[in-house]
Amino acid sequence: MPTVAPDAGQGSPQPDHRVVLEAHGLTKHFPLRGLSRGKAVHAVDNVDLELSRGAVIALVGESGSGKSTIAKLLSLLIHRTSGDILLDGESVTGRGRRLFQRHARRVQMIFQDPFGSLNPIHPVRYTLTRSIRIHKGRLRGAELESALDALLERVQLTPPERYIDKYPHELSGGQRQRVAIARALAADPEVLLADEPISMLDVSIRLGILNLLKVLRDDFGIAILYITHDIASARYFADRTMVMYAGQVVEQGDSESVTQDPAHPYTRLLVDSAPDPDASARTERSEAGEAPSLVSPAPGCRFSARCPYANDLCLAETPELFDLGADRSARCWGYSDREGKPDVSGVTRSVKESI
Amino acid sequence: MTATTNYEVPPESNPAGSLPGAPRSKRARVGGTQFLFLRNAKALSGLVILGLFTLIAIIGPWIAPYDPDAFSPDIVQPPSWAHLMGTTHLGQDVFSQVLVGTRYVMVVGFISGIVATILAVIVGVTAGYLGGFSDEVLSLTSNIFLVIPALPLIIIIAGQIDDAGMLIIAAVISLTAWAWGARVLRAQTMSHRRRDYVEAARANGESTPRIILAEILPNLTAIIASSFVGTVTFAVLTQVTLAFIGVTSINDWSWGTILYWAQSNQALIRGAWWWFVPAGLAIAALGVALALVNFGIDEFVNPRLRSTGKYAKALRKRGVRARVGFTPVDLGTKSERHAREQAAEATAASAVIIKEDSK
Amino acid sequence: MRFFIRRGIFYVITAWAAVTINFFLPRMMPGDPITSLLVKYQGQISPDAIQSLRVLFGLDTQDSLWTQYIDYWGQLFRGDLGISFTFFPVPVNQVLSSSLPWTLGLVGIATILSVLIGTAVGMIIGWRRGTKADAVLPVATFFSAVPYFWFGLIAILLFAVTWKIFPAAKGYQPGLIPGWNWEFISSVMYHGTLPALTIVISSVAGWILGMRNMMVTVGSEDYVTVAQAKGLKERTVMVGYAARNAVLPQVSSFALALGFIVGGTLVMEMVFSYPGIGYVLFQAIGAKDYPLMQGSFLVITLSILVMNMLADVVYAFLDPRTRQEG
Repeated sequence: MPTVAPDAGQGSPQPDHRVVLEAHGLTKHFPLRGLSRGKAVHAVDNVDLELSRGAVIALVGESGSGKSTIAKLLSLLIHRTSGDILLDGESVTGRGRRLFQRHARRVQMIFQDPFGSLNPIHPVRYTLTRSIRIHKGRLRGAELESALDALLERVQLTPPERYIDKYPHELSGGQRQRVAIARALAADPEVLLADEPISMLDVSIRLGILNLLKVLRDDFGIAILYITHDIASARYFADRTMVMYAGQVVEQGDSESVTQDPAHPYTRLLVDSAPDPDASARTERSEAGEAPSLVSPAPGCRFSARCPYANDLCLAETPELFDLGADRSARCWGYSDREGKPDVSGVTRSVKESI
Repeated sequence: MTATTNYEVPPESNPAGSLPGAPRSKRARVGGTQFLFLRNAKALSGLVILGLFTLIAIIGPWIAPYDPDAFSPDIVQPPSWAHLMGTTHLGQDVFSQVLVGTRYVMVVGFISGIVATILAVIVGVTAGYLGGFSDEVLSLTSNIFLVIPALPLIIIIAGQIDDAGMLIIAAVISLTAWAWGARVLRAQTMSHRRRDYVEAARANGESTPRIILAEILPNLTAIIASSFVGTVTFAVLTQVTLAFIGVTSINDWSWGTILYWAQSNQALIRGAWWWFVPAGLAIAALGVALALVNFGIDEFVNPRLRSTGKYAKALRKRGVRARVGFTPVDLGTKSERHAREQAAEATAASAVIIKEDSK
Repeated sequence: MRFFIRRGIFYVITAWAAVTINFFLPRMMPGDPITSLLVKYQGQISPDAIQSLRVLFGLDTQDSLWTQYIDYWGQLFRGDLGISFTFFPVPVNQVLSSSLPWTLGLVGIATILSVLIGTAVGMIIGWRRGTKADAVLPVATFFSAVPYFWFGLIAILLFAVTWKIFPAAKGYQPGLIPGWNWEFISSVMYHGTLPALTIVISSVAGWILGMRNMMVTVGSEDYVTVAQAKGLKERTVMVGYAARNAVLPQVSSFALALGFIVGGTLVMEMVFSYPGIGYVLFQAIGAKDYPLMQGSFLVITLSILVMNMLADVVYAFLDPRTRQEG
């Protein structure tokens, strides 16, 4: 599979990589009601991320890791508990229709279930027209038709006449997802938050959608947050990869290094679990275990219960993200300078010199 | 730009299956499925009967052979050619009474249905969509009205009004009937609210009123229709009961009034069955018609009920007992099946091509 | 536990709402029939009785609405519901307390029978979709579309007038003295058969339909398929897996339908002149006996609330999910 570096783009001009959407210390706690009042589910804790034009960042994690919540926070569908979200350097604060609509014009979202995200009673025409109406104003007649055609062509649903009057149940999964992408594109967004866009599609279709997203990144310079539980596709598609576990970022770096040379034990676990048709036998068994409860989490590393390298330090204190050089970091005591840190040399395949 | 051919395969088989390019069957479009509803035998017969009653409600007084109030010397006569449904203790023609009484019943029934359904939609959808405190308050209110027994409440309200006319009765019935529909609609709205398409519409920038009206509400039409029909049934039964007890005004002729007079003049002891049987049968007929329409809506909405029932016979022929839990796949017409097989082969072929493409 | 507290609070609020409705109704209606009745019975009513009526109906009083409201509640707590004009001079609470047991007995037995039969039949029909069993549906639908009382009328016509099998009216043979002797009890049972039977036949349809729909829904769930795949006998799956889950909504719909059931029974009593609260209410309407009407409404509503609470207990017992905390 080809490696994708941020500056590649066969024949297209060098896209500018200014940061469009960033989050600092993004946190979301869901307060519990009833008997457990006062406690909260720590869905997302202190996440920093930067989305730049023409680049794709993959957010990898299992269910419950908080990745979908981050997408909803970044699109303002739910309100953050603390932390800052900046669009083009300006902080996005406050509530209200105006703010939300302004934000929606520039930050759009694609959902996981292609059938669920389209209203089954509206044809494609209605869905796309609404989107155009909201973001581009009242277009009528020939103008509207050509705008609709352009949208469908952009997502490679051609000829447009064949799809424009269809209902969602008359389209295949991949086609529906393309319609969902078209709906998002009607706003001419600078950021696309794709929440597991291909998880519910047939395997043979997935590549088509990913390639479409690639086109959007390369030719239109859209910043994409690609959320997935499949780390292999992150490597294929994303420039940078961030791995999340139990609401925290546990590792980040460029996709190639993170997937080929993981630093954090959890990333190693993910990489090993990815199906590899070339492997004849499993060399390492995957660790059994469940994600910890996110309700008022105990101190200590949240992965320690499943980590084969964990020691007392890991159980006692929560690690921060430690810099590994080359724009990589990992949330693991093994990469710190602390006394009594665990020995994580077994995680990486090659020996690291800088630590 | 990466050259991509659309390797997408035609949609999975579904009862309303259609393939791009293939001749579109009328059943394919959701918009066109209104006609599918009419093709449903149960719904159709229900609507026909309803139509008949509506007609009688409109023209009743004109086609009635006698004035329902008119006395005659033929007292308590069994049905004959002169009096198709016999006469009362004052010689009045029961048949005319039934015809004329239809209007009252239909008007009160449908007005109650409309008002109660509107209330139910407003309360239920608001509570379901907004959630939180408004939901608690609205739910509490509808639960209170649900638990307090309807008939006794209507009785004491209507009983303390002198000479309660059509509209007052309709208003009082609506007051107790909206709660059930509100509860159901609230649950349905909450379910839809959580669905991705609502989140997606929000993320796209749609405004809340538009989401409620244009996205969620159309998905609720079947439930609203069903609730309406149920409310009309309730209204009809209740007003007949009220008239029978003597709560409503006896100046207006309705099926219930007929029964009231029958009861207070010992029709039973006299053995004058013709006095109260027609009215009861009319009520039953109307109720059955409404229930049939409701069944039709049910089957139309739940594709599983639709297909399992439809194919039960065909399956039985093949020796398969259609148990609950079977979801038979509509194999479609022969041409559709053929086209689908071809498409399946195309997928297999394209899968190989994609794999090579990605290397 | 939380579940019960929540429900308890709800019932308290509902009871309060019912009482408040009762309080406001006569004060909102035009006209004042009480005063005219008072005039009619002048001299025969004790000053206490007049005072209690005043509190109940707000007659020619200078007190503010709030004061009236407080007085109203106070009087209710003392159990004073006024004097009945139909059964003058018997106080309302006495009329009600002697008629309530009859209604409870009739409703209780008839409803239990109806639910049991309806659920069993619905279970079997719902399980065997697409077979001849489906033919019961139109019949059941027809039956559920007819008002209870009409069935009562037909029943009387057939079984009491045409074929004199059962008595047409009353709760027991007039002339018998109520007591715990066989003569009385058998008379009660004899007179109660037709009304109970009518209630059962007319209401069982609703239970059949409800249970059948639930069986259809539950039957398509995966755990039923698993049970079948395990090779369990069909009857075991039908009863132990499908029906056990399908019956839950029936319990909650039973609670909701209580109002409807009671309403139907009330009318049935009117048809049969059965000495329950329904018949009392019927007579009160005829005589425009407002104290009795209001008192009946309160007692009926409170009884239903109590029955709802019992239904909640049963539901919590059957469905382990409600018993979970948090």
